[in-house]
Amino acid sequence: MEQNIRVTVNGEEQQSAVEPRTLLVHYLRDVLNLTGTHVGCDTGQCGACTVLLNGQPVKSCMVLAVQADGAQVQTVEGLARNGEYHPIQAAFWEKHGLQCGFCTPGMMMAAVGLLQRNPNPTDAEIREQLEGNLCRCTGYQNIVAAVRSAADAMRTGAAQPATAGTAGE
Amino acid sequence: MYPTNFAYAAPTSLADVIAQMQAAGDDGKLLAGGQSLIPMLKFRLAEPATLIDLGRVQELRGIRVDGNNIVIGAMTPYYQVLNSGEVQSRCPLLIQTIRQVGDPQVRTRGTVGGSLAHADPAGDLPAAAVALGAQLLATGASGNRLYDASNFFQDVMTTALEPSEVLTSVSFPATDSPGTGTAYLKHRHPASGYAVVGVAAIVTVGADGNCQSARIGITGAGSHATRATATEQALAGRPLDAQSVAAACANAASGVDLMGDSYASSDFRAHLVQVLAQRAIMQAAQNARR
Amino acid sequence: MSVSRLFGATVKRREDPRLITGKGMYTDDFKLPGMLHMVILRSPYAHARITSLDVSKAKQLPGVHAVLTGKDLAGKVNPIPTAWLIPNSDLKTPAYPALATDHVRYTGDAVAAVVAETPAIARDARDLIEVNYEPLPVVTETEKALAAGAPQLHDDAPGNQAFHWSFANGDADGAIDTAEVVVRHRFVQQRLIPNAMETRGAVASWQPGADELTLYNTTQNPHIVRFLCSVINNIPENKIRVFARDVGGGFGSKIPFYGGDALTVFASQVTGRPVKWIEDRHENYLATIHGRDQVTDVELAAKRDGTMTGLRVKAYSNMGAYLSTAAPGVPTWLFALIVPGCYTIQDYKCDVWGAFTNTTPTDAYRGAGRPEAAFLIERMTDLLAGELGMDPVDIRRKNFIPADAFPYTSGGTLTYDSGNYQGTLDKALEMANYSGFRQQQQQLRQQGRYQGIGLSTYVEVCGLAPSPAAGAMGFQGGLWEPATIRMLATGKVVVLTGTSPHGQGEETTFAQLVADQLGVAVEDVDVVHGDTGAIPMGWGTYGSRSTAVGGTAIFKATQKVIEKAKKIAAHLLEAAPDDIVFDSGTFHVQGSPDKSKTIQEIALMANLAWNMPEGVEPGLEESSFHDPTNFTYPFGAHICTVEVDPDTGEVKILRYVAVDDVGVVVNPMIVDGQVHGGVAQGIGQALYEHAIYDEAGQLITGSMTDYAVPNMTQIPTVETARTETPCPHNLTGIKGVGETGTIASSQAVVNAVVDALSPLGIKHIDMPLTPERVWKAMQAAKSAGSSSASQPGQPGQ
Repeated sequence: MEQNIRVTVNGEEQQSAVEPRTLLVHYLRDVLNLTGTHVGCDTGQCGACTVLLNGQPVKSCMVLAVQADGAQVQTVEGLARNGEYHPIQAAFWEKHGLQCGFCTPGMMMAAVGLLQRNPNPTDAEIREQLEGNLCRCTGYQNIVAAVRSAADAMRTGAAQPATAGTAGE
Repeated sequence: MYPTNFAYAAPTSLADVIAQMQAAGDDGKLLAGGQSLIPMLKFRLAEPATLIDLGRVQELRGIRVDGNNIVIGAMTPYYQVLNSGEVQSRCPLLIQTIRQVGDPQVRTRGTVGGSLAHADPAGDLPAAAVALGAQLLATGASGNRLYDASNFFQDVMTTALEPSEVLTSVSFPATDSPGTGTAYLKHRHPASGYAVVGVAAIVTVGADGNCQSARIGITGAGSHATRATATEQALAGRPLDAQSVAAACANAASGVDLMGDSYASSDFRAHLVQVLAQRAIMQAAQNARR
Repeated sequence: MSVSRLFGATVKRREDPRLITGKGMYTDDFKLPGMLHMVILRSPYAHARITSLDVSKAKQLPGVHAVLTGKDLAGKVNPIPTAWLIPNSDLKTPAYPALATDHVRYTGDAVAAVVAETPAIARDARDLIEVNYEPLPVVTETEKALAAGAPQLHDDAPGNQAFHWSFANGDADGAIDTAEVVVRHRFVQQRLIPNAMETRGAVASWQPGADELTLYNTTQNPHIVRFLCSVINNIPENKIRVFARDVGGGFGSKIPFYGGDALTVFASQVTGRPVKWIEDRHENYLATIHGRDQVTDVELAAKRDGTMTGLRVKAYSNMGAYLSTAAPGVPTWLFALIVPGCYTIQDYKCDVWGAFTNTTPTDAYRGAGRPEAAFLIERMTDLLAGELGMDPVDIRRKNFIPADAFPYTSGGTLTYDSGNYQGTLDKALEMANYSGFRQQQQQLRQQGRYQGIGLSTYVEVCGLAPSPAAGAMGFQGGLWEPATIRMLATGKVVVLTGTSPHGQGEETTFAQLVADQLGVAVEDVDVVHGDTGAIPMGWGTYGSRSTAVGGTAIFKATQKVIEKAKKIAAHLLEAAPDDIVFDSGTFHVQGSPDKSKTIQEIALMANLAWNMPEGVEPGLEESSFHDPTNFTYPFGAHICTVEVDPDTGEVKILRYVAVDDVGVVVNPMIVDGQVHGGVAQGIGQALYEHAIYDEAGQLITGSMTDYAVPNMTQIPTVETARTETPCPHNLTGIKGVGETGTIASSQAVVNAVVDALSPLGIKHIDMPLTPERVWKAMQAAKSAGSSSASQPGQPGQ
């Protein structure tokens, strides 16, 4: 028996009918075609599916879509604004905070959540607060550097990064 | 990764919850934060016919002070407890414990009531509940019932709750009287982050610098959270130096229905109970002196 | 080769814009019209006969399009072949079917497949399949499987022996018999689960009528997939197009073409619709290959002065229930030949037994044989040092192949191309402040604290591979690599590479290589990979080969482009080709710099072909097919310092220093990243990871809740440095870095922990060094009464 849900995703209201058993991550990926949020495990360990739900980081594989009825969801696709990267995206690019990129959307959303709670984290705090996001490629230290760099940029309101789409600088 | 089909109910009042539970009977399951239940649904280890979502029942949320107790609604998410100034100042053991639960994403969704009702033997909060002597209020078709933490946790994922009852709020005694300090230490499972062993300690230091009283809750090592009463008694009136505390902790694991797994055997857990109890007591005592 | 502005430069990655905006296209991101979803029913038993299989209820569930069983595959889907037939090893290759027919041999062995409208319906239908199993006795450990009376997995592999492979150089037996000192030890290197963050899967789209297959596969080698798919699914190789777009990590686990992939193809043929199959993580743990799982008995002979004189190894390797694609070569060739490591040992012999057991098949996992080798030689070196009362630094210096001895034919009969082991060790010791640490260690020991320092000096063999060598080793393929450089009329450059990066950054580094040579902007170079329709051939990305072999092919092809462009320039500038100078993207006549043409102008003219020199064909496109003449031999020295908590056994890494020499470096930032990631996996093996089977053959560590993929709090910041000793045999000087971190690191950590605990007389602890293992080793040592504040001859005193 499908339920009607209304979810605001990246600022746009979406109305859908879903089976209650539908996970939020599958709703995002399969119904809304926002495939930037990834599924990396089945026990809620890896954090690749992290999105912001009403501004807070959650693992979207551990939330039912029906639980998000009436809520605001932000995914990786909603980070860049007006063709400009979010500081976290710019920092991950700058600091080589990704290799295969599979964990990256969830990692960045978790980092956005972290910086909301703590705009000036130490490296130890960054590591502890991103403990729920696994990466198999980078060994993490460039991710820590990226989050640190984004934190600095966001606190100082430093110049926004180059337009999304520029490469090879 | 894909649960079986279920009917879904999202009641908005406690009365509705009770009605839904009655209608669903044995085939219904309550959904709190979902951080434990949803994985079970995904693996099809749980296949309820009806899922009753407590997420819209506002009366189950909230943190308030009631005399010398902090009363927390069962559906209050962990992160709200962490952000609560009252909890921080009056019952810091909850902060110390919840800070170490899972990760920030889990703490956004996981709830106080959900954790206690689920009674995972490796969950952190039961240790604090047991150490604090929390009072758990449940509501069922036949009315309310108050449980004491000391006999609430019975076995692996088994509490004293009746099948027709829903946990509605938990009352935690404050620990902010002078001379009392708390600490929660855990040996974290490297994969799951759960407590291989977790020890919650509340120590009241007397004017003479000795231990006036101690309450110690243990989780992770056995089938359910328990008090380390032997150690509490051994510590009463004794000095709080390393040697004395170590001696008192020699039997810290007695009374624990020890369990082991491929990561840590039961005898290693028993050993960790001793070590972490010592360290938690020392830290709590230090916090008491601040 | 001239130094340049992009070769050796840190350039931000071209891959990143799509990945940081969530626009990457991983296999699960592909949605084709009419696509169906497939799930696989897998055996819950490690060893059983299938006595009945009833799929009728599953077929009847609305939304189900097909349910496939082993019978349906007969004559249509062939068993999965092993692609490394190691010679002279009595190799047995029992059939490895995509779906079991009468026997299942490991927990996770595939029994049936359901194809349905949605993934949820497919799983609902799967639950309706009725299978009866008659459980059979189970064996999961290698030596038990090889022992008499063990449960037999395959009729055509008596005694469960998959192979017995031998290597010998010189007279190891004699060296050991006459040695002044012999150190003997047994090492258990545990089974690991690769855990690429993206699980495996495929989207297969069969076009009936045209009889063509389009396959999206999360693979490290799309052309090998094309070949294997043709063999297994009986589709002509030239009617298959494989796409490996974005792939979320591989580490070797995405080299094979698996039964699940073949089933997805077959399901598409049967239903006439595109079919998608994506592993759940638990399925990935069962069905995707595992790594390592080798027990070795090692004997190291030496003189009293520390000179190593002989080495004898017996290795027992767990191959799992079936032989995976590259599996036989990993614990044999890739392991045995590099065991002598950085040392001058010549008398060396190695015997390897491979066994079938009721476990998931094993195959190459980052390092593939070389971590196992480096681990045991570096542990043995420390054990020998301890036995002789020598400092671990001194014993290594004593036995290093000297820097002026290259090329050097090793005890494993490999010709190490270039090296300077002394140089990387010296640098690492300085960075780690070795002597300072030893002093601090002494002081802390007085306080009852256990800090330790561990070295790992390694050399590895990669840049796979000279094709004749590959063939001689029984690899059923070549390991050359092609490249095509094409300059379009607008001056843009297309690079076609048969390598298939999945995180390693070649879209960037190859663009740097080409842009640098051609003197064009790096933005004007586009690197195409992962499409067998666009790229004629390639052997993929693994074995640290992409830049060393693929990059060299690209370099050579680019040189050819320049040569052709030079001829055209000469013609247009009315000069002789020998009088043309090419510099920074421009051709000019020697002595007349104003008589010049840019390479873009040449590209345009070549594509228009209005005025070509005699004998020169139109276009500006060249290919090179590079077959390396040797492997490459990166090397280095890693140093790890730790503190052990004596009450809990927990190991805390204080510092981790990695000094690596990977030859010439294209992009230092990317090279550092490879080291960080490789070291993280080695630390994972040393301290956290273990794929555990119980006696019934159940994988107890069946999810990320139990199997500890390291998280951000568990991996330290790695301090990296480099020396640069070019590869002498491949024009670019590049050696490759993808696996060095993993090869070097596990033993650095273990050596450090053993060093920390040496006052207790502890000599070794098997990985993973969990707190319980460490604590119990300490307890056992203490009660054995060998505890003392310090022992005579310990280093640093």
